Amino acid sequence: MEQEQHTRAPQFSQEALAKTEEIFNRYPPEHREAALMPILHLAQREFGGWLAPETIDYVADFMNLAPIRVYEVASFYTMYNLKRVGTYHIQVCTNISCWLCNSDAIVKTLERKLGIGLGQTTADQRFTLVAVECLGACVNAPMLQINDDYHENLTPEKVVGIIDQLP
Amino acid sequence: MNQSAPLQIVFKNIHKANSHTLPVYLKGGGYKAMAEALAKTPEEVINEVKTSGIRGRGGAGFPAGIKWSFIPKSSTKPKYLVCNADEGEPGTCKDRDILRFDPHLLIEGMVIAAFAVGSERGYIYIRGEFFLESQRVEGAIREAYAKGYLGDNILGTGVRFDLAVHLGAGAYVCGEETALLESLEGKKGQPRVKPPFPANVGLWGGPTVINNVETLASIPAILEHGGGWYAGLGVEKSTGTKIFSVSGHVNRPGNYEVEMGLPLKRLLEEYAGGVRGGWDNLKGVIPGGSSSPVLGKQVCETVTMDYDSIARAGSMLGSGAVVVMDKSVCIVRAIARISRFYRHESCGQCTPCREGTGWLSQIVTRIEAGGGQPGDIELLEELCGNISGRTICALGDAAAMPVAGAIRAFRDEFVYHVEHGRCLVE
Repeated sequence: MEQEQHTRAPQFSQEALAKTEEIFNRYPPEHREAALMPILHLAQREFGGWLAPETIDYVADFMNLAPIRVYEVASFYTMYNLKRVGTYHIQVCTNISCWLCNSDAIVKTLERKLGIGLGQTTADQRFTLVAVECLGACVNAPMLQINDDYHENLTPEKVVGIIDQLP
Repeated sequence: MNQSAPLQIVFKNIHKANSHTLPVYLKGGGYKAMAEALAKTPEEVINEVKTSGIRGRGGAGFPAGIKWSFIPKSSTKPKYLVCNADEGEPGTCKDRDILRFDPHLLIEGMVIAAFAVGSERGYIYIRGEFFLESQRVEGAIREAYAKGYLGDNILGTGVRFDLAVHLGAGAYVCGEETALLESLEGKKGQPRVKPPFPANVGLWGGPTVINNVETLASIPAILEHGGGWYAGLGVEKSTGTKIFSVSGHVNRPGNYEVEMGLPLKRLLEEYAGGVRGGWDNLKGVIPGGSSSPVLGKQVCETVTMDYDSIARAGSMLGSGAVVVMDKSVCIVRAIARISRFYRHESCGQCTPCREGTGWLSQIVTRIEAGGGQPGDIELLEELCGNISGRTICALGDAAAMPVAGAIRAFRDEFVYHVEHGRCLVE
């Protein structure tokens, strides 16, 4: 199964292809390269939440760019995951405002609750836990992000409740 | 300056239900300022903004009207307007509220700005983590197109402006305007050498204006009430209102829009519910985001929230992120945390920043952990001096300023750490 996933070449669905057209339309036709970042975002959503090497190669081919050009961008930005992440990608802000509001306790609570350390993924591939830099919700510190969603004004108890309620 | 009733300009709508939707925005008088502006000449609009004295709200504080006037009137390449919504300066979260609660105010400000500088295409560069915010803005853009507030014949005036969102992907340095342009062009976000400045050579080589969200969201009110009215708010050289994101050890953290020139102590006590444990429990305040040097309590007693007052106190207003620390905080540990951030975010292009941010982080962390050596503090100061002003962009300075500033304001704590291998506070 694992091997099958790696050998099958990625291919955008019809829906995703329509989305790429919409993305290209945001930029002047002579500057199609500008669509690279949104198309990488789209590819990450389409192909399992991360950018596998074959996904990056596919995007390069799709956009008619040299693969190194796409790797360069994919590896520069932290939101492009170059390693597989769990179903729930939990990112805890630990920068100054959250740190002052005891984000350390949030991290510890999650490590205990999930049985993993920072930068790790649970064996069942459900959770990945990471510490991140400022996510821009400082007046509601401490906070974390799970996939697309912000969770703010946290306490250790609230964090446990949030994890328990995930489908 | 009248503080009796807080004046809301940028935040006038955000407390309304469904404030992000077009019907609610129109009910509050939305897009009227735009219609009036389109009936003027571009020069008249620029002059109004110049008269207002509004300075860039992203951190640098450059007068917006003057920035607009740098755009050449005629150009062989298309001109662009870019909104910097890559809000990433630690402590700052004001633009997020405009994006998610009042996206039409931003769009209206952008159409006015685009008309003033003669741009027919614009982008809102939103940090990638702001998913809900980007959805709200995209929804508002669709609404605006449907009603003819965007597109190729805005309100039948023949004015054309196309607007789209470009999502970032997690790189603090992209808040620097030329790194942002690189990122918008689909490249890694490494700042460009200046000159040329974006006003001459910007996005895809065309003349480009880049303004912060809060700056652009202030434009409709300036056009509606006049630049002179706006200039009458706040204090000389720091006109108008400013949103301050007050975080950390206060009883009521939040984003507060106040007139410039408000004493910091009043901002904390009257708006943010006071310092945790009372004013005398205050240790220091970072007044303008993590790049700005920390102010000790003594300075906080008298400093006012405007560009000049904070500059005189040895720091900067920056993005308006006010991070409050009470007496439980070890300043060395706080600076270690901040230094780690800059090390992580250095794009690696310039040696003084790439190497310097690493050394700053290592040495402050070493001192904090009890491994400080004689001469470490002087070494930090020397490092800061060797980074500042020697890099393509301001990220190097942003990394050096909080370290040098903390040593200036709390030298005894650093010395105690080095001499005793432990903290004076904890």
